[in-house]
Amino acid sequence: MDYFLFSVAAIIAVVSAVLVIVQRNPMHSALYLIITLLCIAVLYLQLSAQFVAAVQVIVYAGAIMVLFLFVLMLLDQENPIDTPSTLRYQNPVAAVMGLLLLVELLFLSARAQPPAVLTSGAPGSSPGFPGSVESVAESMFTRYLFPFELTSVLLLIGMVGVIVLAKRKL
Amino acid sequence: MPLFHYYLLLSGALFTIGVVGVLTRRNALVVLMSIELMLNAVNLLFVTFSKYLGIVDGQVIVFFVMVVAAAEVAVGLGIVVSRFRLTGTVDADKASLMKW
Repeated sequence: MDYFLFSVAAIIAVVSAVLVIVQRNPMHSALYLIITLLCIAVLYLQLSAQFVAAVQVIVYAGAIMVLFLFVLMLLDQENPIDTPSTLRYQNPVAAVMGLLLLVELLFLSARAQPPAVLTSGAPGSSPGFPGSVESVAESMFTRYLFPFELTSVLLLIGMVGVIVLAKRKL
Repeated sequence: MPLFHYYLLLSGALFTIGVVGVLTRRNALVVLMSIELMLNAVNLLFVTFSKYLGIVDGQVIVFFVMVVAAAEVAVGLGIVVSRFRLTGTVDADKASLMKW
């Protein structure tokens, strides 16, 4: 059952990820990217990471992709098709490099040993099973409290930057 | 092979697809989408190791990666939009004003 669920989600994720980069129309790319993100959310659920799966659907497939679609519709590109590259051998070289990277990653993945499960006394162990909202929150608001606060500063900087970029006149 | 390896293989495949997308596509929006694909591959790896190590830190880091991705997309799309206003294109190859 585990293998079946994984296979279905993984195959759909990889196929739609390939379609993201081969589709000529960026709108179709965005829609296929949403399918990939939802399949990854399914895999998060299978890995018993409910919080991350919910955030994946709400933030990624919800907020970020809506932003993408909004900009795609706003820009009204007269010619959304890629123009021929100005670099002559860009695509073949990219394909060869991608193939090399894929072979390397697959080789390393196949050789990797599954890590030994740490005992419950290890640092970072939390109440509830790992992945429950309770354990994620406990870790996020104790050990990772300072980085958590820094993310709010990062979002504020991003927001100010976007407003400065988007305003015609300040 | 245990399921663990298949998660690693899937993550590597998704990351490679993202890399190839960044290298081959010239539409700046599709390049940003390929970067999202790469970030998601790394997130999947984090969650996989979080599960198999039995500690929750990986999932907290996934949360931080998502925040960074959201900020990156917001700023990236802002740049694309303001560039589209100036030049009327989102083609990354045409951003060659400062080329000598």
